[in-house]
Amino acid sequence: MSLSGDTTLAKIIVVTSGKGGVGKTTSSAAIGTGIALKGHKTVIIDFDVGLRNLDLIMGCERRVVYDFVNVINKEATLSQALIKDKRTKDLFILPASQTRDKDALTIEGVQGVLEELAKDFEYIICDSPAGIEKGAQMALYFADAAIVVTNPEVSSVRDSDRILGILQSKSKRAEDGKEPIEEHLLLTRYHPGRVALGEMLSVSDVEDILAIPLLGVIPESEAVLKASNQGTPVILDTDSEAGLAYMDAVDRLMGEERPLRFLEVQKKGFIKRLLGG
Amino acid sequence: MGIFDYFKSKSAPSSASVAKDRLQIIVAHERSKRHQPDYLPQMQQEIIDVIRKYVNIGNEDVQIQLDNTDDCSILELNVTLPEQN
Ligand SMILES: Nc1ncnc2c1ncn2[C@@H]1O[C@H](COP(=O)(O)OP(=O)(O)OP(=O)(O)O)[C@@H](O)[C@H]1O
Ligand SMILES: [Mg+2]
Repeated sequence: MSLSGDTTLAKIIVVTSGKGGVGKTTSSAAIGTGIALKGHKTVIIDFDVGLRNLDLIMGCERRVVYDFVNVINKEATLSQALIKDKRTKDLFILPASQTRDKDALTIEGVQGVLEELAKDFEYIICDSPAGIEKGAQMALYFADAAIVVTNPEVSSVRDSDRILGILQSKSKRAEDGKEPIEEHLLLTRYHPGRVALGEMLSVSDVEDILAIPLLGVIPESEAVLKASNQGTPVILDTDSEAGLAYMDAVDRLMGEERPLRFLEVQKKGFIKRLLGG
Repeated sequence: MGIFDYFKSKSAPSSASVAKDRLQIIVAHERSKRHQPDYLPQMQQEIIDVIRKYVNIGNEDVQIQLDNTDDCSILELNVTLPEQN
């Protein structure tokens, strides 16, 4: 990690996008869970001050007592605020504050919490708020790696490129002149049928434009809504394509090779398409 | 999309390829601006204002670009003047 001189091995990964609603929280929950499933002690931090949602997606909303801002303000200790996941061993959640004060997070405050977490955790996942302003910059400032969540759609791709610019200029690594933040493209809500019809940007289109390594492609899937209804990260739904695609992405993040899948149109879709379905 | 549109779409460029072209242009444009100093937009505006005292031009008629090489920076100014008649 790029905090102080400490030689900890914690890796800080920000999940970011610029554009809102593209799947950052869904992806943070899935990927954080996937890393913990591999036996790495992991914490997912909700940086979306005022719009806490990670707790709902992880199904721990009723166990929130203290939050990130309470810890920064020393109103609670870290161990009081951390919520241990009920399903996955080695997984913890640090909820966002519901305060409306957008300045509740300070660089020094965030740094203090991250340094303390780094003593105990191998992976720290930061679920960024939307935008490219202060909140998003706070979430990415200390990152070692970034997962740039992108939908195959013009405004999302453009915003991803903007956030890449910020990762390259406004992060601590950039300011300190250290090795740049590792960048990963996660393409979500992908619709192979619409891509085949030329109605949607393809994986390679987006790769051509953003020119960063591809971590994975998550298909548009009903399983995502279902999982969020139940408060279960979709990666635990191993019957769903989205769940499996997230697992593949986690494997790649850990350095394993996994072929891309779920990029082809299913056969039955073809007739439907001809008939205008 | 029905069967007729399906065949028609073979000839006209698909909306996805239009999207890709537009994105490539805007992203390249925004990237080139990223490394520009903060004063550049204002300087550009002031240059335009000065030229406008003498000739009637629009903002889009002035292209300004800063290129950095190893040992110097080049400010390139391109002004399209209206036809004389
Ligand atoms: N692969 C997918 N298939 C279908 N729906 C999806 C998929 N990924 C995300 N969604 C849906 O998109 C919506 C937004 O997702 P999510 O909350 O994860 O986005 P976000 O980027 O965190 O949003 P915000 O910017 O508001 O924080 C949710 O309703 C979610 O269920
Ligand atoms: Mg979110």
